[in-house]
Amino acid sequence: MQGKLVLSDGTYFLGESFGSPNSTSGEVVFNTGMVGYPESLTDPSYFGQILVLTYPLVGNYGVPNKKFWESEKIQVKGLIVQNYIDSPSHFELERSLGEWLKDEGIPALCGIDTRALTIKLREHGVMLGKLETGSLREARNWKLEAGKDIYDPNSENVLPYVSVDRVETYGSCKKNILLIDCGAKENIIRSLMKRKVRVTRAPWDFDPLESDIRFDGVLISNGPGDPKQAKKTIANVKKILNRRIPTFGICLGSQILALAAGGDTYKLKFGHRGQNQPVIDQTTRKAIQTAQNHGFAVDMKSLGSQWEEWFINLNDGTNEGIRHKSKPFLAVQFHPEANPGPFDGGFLFDEFLKYV
Amino acid sequence: MFKKILILGSGALKIGEAGEFDYSGSQALKALKEEGIKTVLVNPNIATIQTSKELADKIYFLPVTPYFVTKVIEKEKVDAIFLSFGGQTALNCGLALEKSGVFKKNNIQVLGTPVKSIEITEDRELFAKSLSEISIKVPKGGFAKTPNQALEIGEKIGYPVLIRAGFSLGGLGSGVCGNKQELSKMATTALKQTSQIAVEEYLKHWKEVEYEVVRDNTGNKITVCNMENFDPLGIHTGESIVIAPSQTLNNFQYHMLRRLALQVIEHLGIVGECNIQFALNPENNDYRVIEVNARLSRSSALASKATGYPLAYIAAKIGLGKNLPDLKNRVTLKTSAFFEPALDYLVVKIPRWDLQKFVGAEETIGSEMKSVGEVMAIGRSFPEGLQKAVRMLDIGQDGLLGNHVDDTKLTPTSERLFAVAQRLSKDESVESIYHETGIDPWFLYQIKEIVEFEKVLDSSAFGLRMTSEVILKAKKLGFSDKVIGKYLDKTEEEIRKYRKKNGIIPKVKHIDTLAGEFPAKTNYLYLTYHGEESDSSPAKPDQNYSSKAIVLGSGPYRIGSSVEFDWCSVTAAQTLRQKGLEAVVINCNPETVSTDYDLADKLYFEELTFERVSDIYDIEGGSLVLSFGGQIPNNLAMDCFRAGYKILGTSPESIDRAEDRNKFSALLDKLGIGQPPWQSFKNSESAIKFAKKIGYPVLVRPSYVLSGSAMNVAYSPSALKKYLRKATEVSAEYPLVLSKFVEGAKEIEIDGVGKKGELLIYAISEHVENAGVHSGDATIVLPPQRLFLETVRRIKTTTKKIVYELNINGPFNIQFLAKNNQIMVIELNLRASRSFPFVSKVTGNNFVELATRVMLGEDVNGDYKTIDLDYVGVKAPQFSFNRIKGADPRLRVEMSSTGEVACFGDDLYEAYLKSLMSSGFKLPKESVFLSIGGQKNKLEMLFYAEKLASLGFKIYATENTHKFLMESGIKTIRIYKISEKKHPSVLDLLRDGDVEMAINISDGIISQKGETDGYIIRRNCVDLGIPLITNLEAAETLILAFSSKKMEDLQIKAWDEYVIN
Ligand SMILES: Nc1ncnc2c1ncn2[C@@H]1O[C@H](COP(=O)(O)OP(=O)(O)O)[C@@H](O)[C@H]1O
Ligand SMILES: Nc1ncnc2c1ncn2[C@@H]1O[C@H](COP(=O)(O)OP(=O)(O)O)[C@@H](O)[C@H]1O
Ligand SMILES: [Mg+2]
Ligand SMILES: [Mg+2]
Repeated sequence: MQGKLVLSDGTYFLGESFGSPNSTSGEVVFNTGMVGYPESLTDPSYFGQILVLTYPLVGNYGVPNKKFWESEKIQVKGLIVQNYIDSPSHFELERSLGEWLKDEGIPALCGIDTRALTIKLREHGVMLGKLETGSLREARNWKLEAGKDIYDPNSENVLPYVSVDRVETYGSCKKNILLIDCGAKENIIRSLMKRKVRVTRAPWDFDPLESDIRFDGVLISNGPGDPKQAKKTIANVKKILNRRIPTFGICLGSQILALAAGGDTYKLKFGHRGQNQPVIDQTTRKAIQTAQNHGFAVDMKSLGSQWEEWFINLNDGTNEGIRHKSKPFLAVQFHPEANPGPFDGGFLFDEFLKYV
Repeated sequence: MFKKILILGSGALKIGEAGEFDYSGSQALKALKEEGIKTVLVNPNIATIQTSKELADKIYFLPVTPYFVTKVIEKEKVDAIFLSFGGQTALNCGLALEKSGVFKKNNIQVLGTPVKSIEITEDRELFAKSLSEISIKVPKGGFAKTPNQALEIGEKIGYPVLIRAGFSLGGLGSGVCGNKQELSKMATTALKQTSQIAVEEYLKHWKEVEYEVVRDNTGNKITVCNMENFDPLGIHTGESIVIAPSQTLNNFQYHMLRRLALQVIEHLGIVGECNIQFALNPENNDYRVIEVNARLSRSSALASKATGYPLAYIAAKIGLGKNLPDLKNRVTLKTSAFFEPALDYLVVKIPRWDLQKFVGAEETIGSEMKSVGEVMAIGRSFPEGLQKAVRMLDIGQDGLLGNHVDDTKLTPTSERLFAVAQRLSKDESVESIYHETGIDPWFLYQIKEIVEFEKVLDSSAFGLRMTSEVILKAKKLGFSDKVIGKYLDKTEEEIRKYRKKNGIIPKVKHIDTLAGEFPAKTNYLYLTYHGEESDSSPAKPDQNYSSKAIVLGSGPYRIGSSVEFDWCSVTAAQTLRQKGLEAVVINCNPETVSTDYDLADKLYFEELTFERVSDIYDIEGGSLVLSFGGQIPNNLAMDCFRAGYKILGTSPESIDRAEDRNKFSALLDKLGIGQPPWQSFKNSESAIKFAKKIGYPVLVRPSYVLSGSAMNVAYSPSALKKYLRKATEVSAEYPLVLSKFVEGAKEIEIDGVGKKGELLIYAISEHVENAGVHSGDATIVLPPQRLFLETVRRIKTTTKKIVYELNINGPFNIQFLAKNNQIMVIELNLRASRSFPFVSKVTGNNFVELATRVMLGEDVNGDYKTIDLDYVGVKAPQFSFNRIKGADPRLRVEMSSTGEVACFGDDLYEAYLKSLMSSGFKLPKESVFLSIGGQKNKLEMLFYAEKLASLGFKIYATENTHKFLMESGIKTIRIYKISEKKHPSVLDLLRDGDVEMAINISDGIISQKGETDGYIIRRNCVDLGIPLITNLEAAETLILAFSSKKMEDLQIKAWDEYVIN
């Protein structure tokens, strides 16, 4: 089975299909992490995207049990790798990556020069693209023209696709954290529960102040798409902030918090996706390695003087976290919950819970 | 801020401590220079790049021992010191100096990791205690100071157990003990060398994973690279095939170990760089911390090259007080140095062993290091990387199969990889091999993919034709054109042509540290078939031969070719740049400075095979420089010449005339130059006849070696016959060369540079040992101290004739034998030789620079002073016999040293003593043991034995030596040989520590019995760490030297106090 990836500027790449034999389209992004493909593929922040992994061997340790995933299913629309490894080895493995992709109907290509593709995306900025698969005969007749009718995840509000439908509770501890689920990774819930709090997971458009749920703090989760599309969430967060309820944002949650506070966000050329993003705490000058997966960023200048820049990215100086000077509002652009990636930011959950 | 900083080097290359410390020291010096700090370096390794004049302000070619380093400290008044760039040698020296209060007394700050932390990491017991404070697991077991304590622990934890020694590296003194007896024996030996050993659970078949970690002064931490060992725990990381990044760890495992690594170094308070080794249970996520090395190590050199992250440079900056967020990524020059490199390729490291160079060496490998070098291959698939690495080793293997490796056993040996491949090709299951070896099935499946494709290539049944698809697939799996050609019945050249016609050409990719996220400003490159596009490469190869040159490096370090050729390659590349050329370097050895990406304009971390050099030449164009990387590039000369590539320097046709024995011999005859009689044979009988004609002893050189050593001297027909029967195959395909072995001849070398057939510069050096000790193992003196003027004159005129005849235009080296004022030529190398750095640094004239300029066509002229010097330089070999169990340490015609040192003195004796001490030799004060074979040798030794006696030495001797000396009026104490089965035996004497030095000279014609005794004596000296001399001339020189000089007479003078550069 053959496959091709055509980018919106007409560039194309031919490869071999090792996933589900169907076609798809979406925003093409790259991630530079060297481990953690099961975690990445199930990360809802990748919703609507075709993921390119820069590490050239993928599939080495197969796919573990669902309990280790970051959500119920594969979230990416397609996967692009250099070499797919079909002979995995690991004590936790339940099936191969190819089998999993096929089971979930996700197309994937290997044999693609992922480095050339990555450099293309870096130089041009992220692009939309179309991934098609077909038999050798079909492949011979492929027209390789700029993709049309490509799905653009930034053109609509995608949160309904990745959020829960109704409120769910985890654990029975006393303190309760309301998690606004914009496509939350499971490890955010695991990280909170490990710290002895109850988690109430609510849909993206849930207005907690209208409900009778009592909570001590709010965590706005990560998630896919353009934050400005999440109008309802922004409005709800505004109200929460007005009540001075301790609030912590992660990734998309950070952007939503900034927007709710009257700030602005913008799209990065090709985003940050990887496990080696260096950020520095502007007050303590302590630096940590973080996992990141975002295409938008908070514009610090747009925030009022009540907000301070908490973290910045040491590579390109973009904002990596904001903090209110007097109120218990804080947010980070990276993923303290890791999975995949380094755990160095884990202490930030404790930092947040101090206010709760 | 500091004004003057002392850096300690690691001395000679030895097993466990090799070229990686030249890389780390050089980077550190560079980092300090940038800050405008004055540097003082103590390192007797004259062949290194760090001891070149550009890097350090003051260089002391002196032993890295507390005595000499203290003297240097007092003289130079430095205000700080780095201990972490010179391996275990520097670290141990530093610990001793701290203990004796030298740093405190001289107000010296130790930079980088505090001494307290180093002590914890070096003392295995303190280390285990320290980690238990933060509940981090180490192997279960205990620590013993006596063999009895060891046995108690063994009883408690059950067998098998592993023992490990503290304050060492390369697994010295470690090993698995299956039962009480083994433990008792090993613990006794190990505790002779070290004060404490760990006795612990043997973690059979756990995975071994390493992380390189950096921590700055404020506690910011990163892991720069993780590496997974292909071979499971139990095989030292230096002996294992290593892959970076890890392949079989999932996200949880990778980051769990990473987190533990950061916790451990935070707890220990490391400042700078360190390495941490883990064991990981393959069946669950259980782990153990094996050790932390609180210094730059072999692994950190590998990690630097694997990722492009300059660990030593950054560690030096941190030592000076800088912090990671303030430093920049040296590749992008834009992003932060506080990051963990993301690789979009993988690297495969394979060690290079030379066990066949040793007589009697055990072939198994384990927790002790035996390898002498390594290669690193970069690829975008494991098969691509692995097959590249196999070829890089330069051991005559083009692939994994078809190499006559014995695959009956899968016990770990230097050839296990090939045995595994062979078994897989015979359809043995991955599971069963995993069971036997513990090599993760992932790796085995990958190897299976290679061998199965190879079988397809091989089976004519498939009627496989040469199609683009087949060739491309083969290339992606890392097959060479040669191997593909072999199966498809084509030549390498035909495959190459076909490939190029069909556009199957490798692509150039950058190592950029960030997997394409940011553009690289440096040119650190590799080639791969897993790609459609090159990142960047010249639009067209350069047609202008004089604007770009490609320097071929020396490949893996091995016995006979190591850091000296890296110095030559680096110097050549630097000269090319100075002369305005674009310099491109190709090399594949991660322990080198030549593979630092800022050294040349471009670095291809690639194979030094004809195929790969051609690929690069096709891309780059320009000219090739083949004269400085030793034998590998030299051997490519003819192929490159035939392919029409432009080669700088002496014509390859001349190289061929020097390398081809028949042509060279004819040339010498034509010029009327003497040579030992020789002949080449296609069968044994005629060889034996010839030997009879020229008379014994004879020197035998087979061209095909099955086991045992290649070159040998036979003293009798029976010895020759036995040798021929046992060791070699003699046939038309594998002829044998027999030469007359000239006894009692002096050996002399000339290193020089020819300019269009004229002798531009030369240096004549004299060997201390007579011919018969390989020039790489000999002690070499420059300028010569004991040569007749007449001999010197003859050597010079003979050399001129040869230079003229071959129209030499570049570096060369000739070896001579001299006897009774007659000289004979034994070898000519039309390339830079091992001694080029030595003669350059001793005479103050850079031979490589001159040669490079000549090769570029410059009309260099000058009057060079190389004979009439006011001082003496002595180069001494470094042996690593203690690492090679069972090996006979007797010096022979086959080289066995792993490195060298050189020191200066006002006379021969001063320089000789310093060099000897630099190679780890401890001078005796009270007692020596003599065992001198043969009447002639005894007579020769008489005078020196008298000297010893008159100096008040207690002399022990075996039967005949004892009798001989007593009859000559020298009092000695008789000791029984082992074969005499009486006490006190030699073994008792050595084991009781009553002897400070042993001189064991064996006679040429040795009986089986005498040889066995001699072997046991020599081997025990090595195992017990007793200084040993096996050569008569060396023994004489040593005795004269220490009877004329005391420690206080050895001057503490920097290089520039001897040589004006
Ligand atoms: N408990 C153990 N069980 C099995 N193998 C071990 C154990 N501890 C160490 N080893 C092996 O011994 C090697 C050498 O030990 P290490 O402590 O790293 O010594 P060194 O400091 O000389 O490098 C390791 O690389 C590992 O393969
Ligand atoms: N004909 C000879 N008589 C005595 N010694 C010899 C003779 N030929 C070689 N040797 C000794 O053997 C050593 C190695 O020989 P050589 O030809 O230089 O080998 P290699 O190619 O390994 O350098 C020399 O350094 C010398 O000591
Ligand atoms: Mg160690
Ligand atoms: Mg070790």
